[in-house]
Amino acid sequence: MNRKKLQKLTDTLTKNCKHFNTYEVNCLVNLFYTLVGDVAERPGVVVGLDRNAFRNILHMTFGMTDDMIMDRVFRGFDKDNDGCINVAEWINGLSVFLRGSLEEKMKYCFEVFDLNGDGFISKEEMFHMLKNSLLKQPSEEDPDEGIKDLVEITLKKMDYDHDGKLSFTDYEEAVREEILLLEAFGPCLPDPKRQMEFETQVFKDTHEFNYGI
Amino acid sequence: MGVTLTRSVQWTASGHGTRTLEATPLHDGILEEIILFVDSFLYEHPREAKFVFEEPLRWKTSLEPSAFGAGYVISEKAVQSEEVDENGEPLLFLSGPHMKIRSFGQLSRLLRIAKDTRLKETRACLEANRDPVVKILGLDYNTTKGEDSSALSILGKRSKDNDSEPECPMTIARLLRQLDVHLLSHSLRHVSLETPLNPSAIKSDIELLRRHAGNGEHTVLESIDYTSDYEFSNGCRAPPWRQVYGEICYVLVKPHDVATLCITCSAEGVFLNGGKTDDEREINYERKSKIYKDLVTLLREKSPKFSENMATQENKSNEEQQKDKFQPDGAPNKEQGAARAAPEKSTLEKSQINFSRSAAKRLQPSLNWRKAPDSKDRRSSVKDTLEEKHVSKLDKPRPSLSTVKAHRKSADKIEEIMSESSSESEEDEEPPDHRQEANADLPSEYWQIQKLVKYLKGGNQTATVIALCSMRDFSLAQETCQLAIRDVGGLEVLINLLDTDEVKCKIGSLKILKEISHNPQIRRNIVDLGGLPIMVNILDSSNKNLKCLAAETIANVAKFRRARQAVRKHGGITKLVALLDCGQISVEPPQPSLYETRDVEVARCGAQALWSCSKSYSNKEAIRKAGGIPLLARLMKTSHEDMLIPVVGTLQECASEENYRAAIRAERIIENLVKNLNSENEQLQEHCAMAIYQCAEDEETRDLVRLHGGLKPLASLLTKTDNKMRLAAVTGAIWKCSISKENVTKFREYKAIETLVGLLTDQPEEVLVNVVGALGECCQEHENRVLVRKCGGIQPLVNLLVGINQALLVNVTKAVGACAVEPESMMIIDRLDGVRLLWSLLKNPHPDVKASAAWALCPCIENAKDAGEMVRSFVGGLELVVNLLKSENKEVLASVCAAITNIAKDQENLAVITDHGVVPLLSKLANTNNDKLRRHLAEAISRCCMWGRNRVAFGEHKAVAPLVRYLKSEDTSVHRATAQALYQLSEDADNCITMHENGAVKEGTEWFFFFAEKRR
Repeated sequence: MNRKKLQKLTDTLTKNCKHFNTYEVNCLVNLFYTLVGDVAERPGVVVGLDRNAFRNILHMTFGMTDDMIMDRVFRGFDKDNDGCINVAEWINGLSVFLRGSLEEKMKYCFEVFDLNGDGFISKEEMFHMLKNSLLKQPSEEDPDEGIKDLVEITLKKMDYDHDGKLSFTDYEEAVREEILLLEAFGPCLPDPKRQMEFETQVFKDTHEFNYGI
Repeated sequence: MGVTLTRSVQWTASGHGTRTLEATPLHDGILEEIILFVDSFLYEHPREAKFVFEEPLRWKTSLEPSAFGAGYVISEKAVQSEEVDENGEPLLFLSGPHMKIRSFGQLSRLLRIAKDTRLKETRACLEANRDPVVKILGLDYNTTKGEDSSALSILGKRSKDNDSEPECPMTIARLLRQLDVHLLSHSLRHVSLETPLNPSAIKSDIELLRRHAGNGEHTVLESIDYTSDYEFSNGCRAPPWRQVYGEICYVLVKPHDVATLCITCSAEGVFLNGGKTDDEREINYERKSKIYKDLVTLLREKSPKFSENMATQENKSNEEQQKDKFQPDGAPNKEQGAARAAPEKSTLEKSQINFSRSAAKRLQPSLNWRKAPDSKDRRSSVKDTLEEKHVSKLDKPRPSLSTVKAHRKSADKIEEIMSESSSESEEDEEPPDHRQEANADLPSEYWQIQKLVKYLKGGNQTATVIALCSMRDFSLAQETCQLAIRDVGGLEVLINLLDTDEVKCKIGSLKILKEISHNPQIRRNIVDLGGLPIMVNILDSSNKNLKCLAAETIANVAKFRRARQAVRKHGGITKLVALLDCGQISVEPPQPSLYETRDVEVARCGAQALWSCSKSYSNKEAIRKAGGIPLLARLMKTSHEDMLIPVVGTLQECASEENYRAAIRAERIIENLVKNLNSENEQLQEHCAMAIYQCAEDEETRDLVRLHGGLKPLASLLTKTDNKMRLAAVTGAIWKCSISKENVTKFREYKAIETLVGLLTDQPEEVLVNVVGALGECCQEHENRVLVRKCGGIQPLVNLLVGINQALLVNVTKAVGACAVEPESMMIIDRLDGVRLLWSLLKNPHPDVKASAAWALCPCIENAKDAGEMVRSFVGGLELVVNLLKSENKEVLASVCAAITNIAKDQENLAVITDHGVVPLLSKLANTNNDKLRRHLAEAISRCCMWGRNRVAFGEHKAVAPLVRYLKSEDTSVHRATAQALYQLSEDADNCITMHENGAVKEGTEWFFFFAEKRR
């Protein structure tokens, strides 16, 4: 890709992104193309990260381990649902992922947790997400009992309107009360240490720009 | 009535609505007594019956207007009494169900009208008016105080503003007090019938039965076993959350002829429970039988075989002896059950109150010197129970429990003593017993918490966070929950979580630890589990929220010595001091993460933790070395009260050290302290005043306070007497400031002295000590002495001479002594018998008090009319004074010498003290280096020379040679006194030789020759 085109791309992306400045966008765009590899741009073929490549990044760079959550994060990034993350999705996704405001992150996390995308996190979805969260106790007759109980506990804590499922309003209220519940059903945001490492690596010269808060 | 109603009577707690009086025989008895009192009031005290209450008693009555007859104006819905007050308002007014009554006369009449429903009416009235005495007599009469002074004060108060009927409220107050005493003794009689079972009695009972159990035909039982092998230190085997119901242990008894019985032994008695459930772990605690007075009785009833075999065993067993220990079957069982349910509820409510109190305490770790009066009572009653377990207590609704608690308490106390050094034990003292109240929880919470802890242990990060968040929904301020977390091993897990890399888990865990560490026992557990080093490490974290939480938790935990030491040893002080610097880092860290907080908050938490830590001497030193003072000084400049309170608190704690005071001056902190005296926040004012109190030991600081205009706010705070802690701090600051004369002048200008005199009565001791101290300093000046006398300050001062508080006595004697300098004031002191009181303080065990009293006696004797006669009138007084010369304490000796100098001015008294052997005693003291003692000793010797052959005797007792050496002293007052003494002694030829031998003439100063000249 030639420099002029890249410059133009960076400019458009910067305009649409509130958390990164031009330099950062530039770095991230570069990173994107490094990750994608030198694929010649042909009309009709989408250039981007496929599911596996993206999951690999999440795992290696941000230390995520939960397959399901990683899938959901991929879906969160892949706005147009074409199974591939293009450069715009990459920048916008990372903008929330790394720098998002609480509101943005809540919206993002809720989408991740709402497995079927119906606007509610149901008991079944919770169960699904939490099913690996407890050590199996050999003594227990029903191995799922603990998980079920955990779901009930979560529901009791977060289901403000008592309808047996979490709407975004429920979730938002619960998170505002207790920020720890933002990633209630699994880590879908980078942990601060990894994030720091990633950023220092990508934006090597940290002194040249101001971080917007 | 007030005391009975607040202490002895059990109120049910039904949410936020009005609370009701339980229907128990005890309460009915109390109500009957009250009815009797009110009923006869109209005839026995006709004058008082007309007295109009301060506020009407209001309640909802069930009486119909039609029930009223003559003497009342009755309309369709309302009734008014014809009897009206001065303003024409009716004394009884009924509208709908609402009743308003304003005199005892009307109350009496109403009871007549109510006839059969009088009990109900009285009950309704008391339920609606929880503190009737206040309503009747007004707030001046504080019923809970329970001191005689309150009755006196109300007399004074009332007589001023209500001339027409001055004695009326006084009589009523007296009558109500009598009633109160009567009611208390009535309820005591009632309560004392219910002596509870205790663990040791049950244990010995079970042991006894076990010895007679076995397989044979002749044994009484097949087997008897506890369900649990673990015995708590209080002797109970029931789990803690069952102990709160008074349950002691559970036994499985297998009699020969019936199935296994599962029996609960509780303090109220023994009963069958629901038995063990299938999984063999849980017991169904529900009561399934009636309550029996002891195990043997229950078994007799349930197993015929047992009772048969028991009869044959009877002569062998010492059952008689056992029986004595047990209660005579008290009230009927049904009522016991009801009475048991009631206190549970009320304690729940109490525990909430208790919590709010402890929450308020959170910001002020050092308030141990002021205790709520009721907590004192409670403690003493705990002591009582320790001493005599079987006698039930005066105002204990649940005697059974308190016995159990008493055991635990004593165990805790021992731990306390073992682990703490006495030097700091005072601040380590914890509020008496949360256990006693915060224990009314449902056992279900225990299981829920256990489950959550299981998830904490066996869950990944996600499950852990959920479990932590859910745990926070429990009322962690309640002891049941706190102890439940500990008892199921939750503390270990929480502390382990702090050691992980998971920020969210750490935050969640700290949030819980922060709450539960308000509990003294949990604090100790946290320290024992090594939680402090981990928390100290977290202070280094890059996450500010974590830092804050860790610091806040440390602030809670570091309330006792061992914890403070641990913080220091692990380098916590330096890190905490570094937190103070947070607000100043100019570059914001690159990533303001979601879980972050503000810098100011970090500094605040750091200050909070330092405040707790600063109660140990070494920590004060460590804070200083870590450069904490400049940082604290900088934080003092902020205007956030939340920040200022811990900062000033820390400074105030540290200001006990001289080098801190110097630093505080150097850092110009005084200025800010003074500024914050004008704050709106009472606590901040209090701590600022406290800090000034500590710092004003130094003259320069006192001047600084004045220069920065601090005296005026102090003087104006003096008029606000509602907050006693603040008042104590403010009076303390005034005391120390008034050591400088210029400050006293200012205080006089601000009318502070008059206010101080007004504070001499009705204040707690902490305040009194400071008030009297301040007056003592002020009275060094003539003008102020006159002022104090004119304000009537001498009487209350003299009254305080009978106290027992050492610090107070030292100050009072000093103040009285200062006043006695004025002959007119002296007359008043003499009239009030103040000299005798001072004299008797010479017998006080504390040397400071003795010395201070002796100093105070000097001006008294000097200025009293006919002092000689007065002194002689104290039987044994002179002997007492002379014997004090045997004291070891230099200050006492100096003061007594001064007193003797004054006493000896009277020839007759001089003769008496000579007889008591004053000469050899004085001579013995002569070898001293203390200039103060030398001076007064020399004066005393020169006075005592005036009698008989005392001159010769001093020579014989070798007092002369040492005296000559006094002339080498640098102190001119010593010279003067010595020269005078030598001059007196020199009338004896032998003494002259001794003097000469010791070189008196060589040393001989002008003084000597001055006197020698005069003599010639």
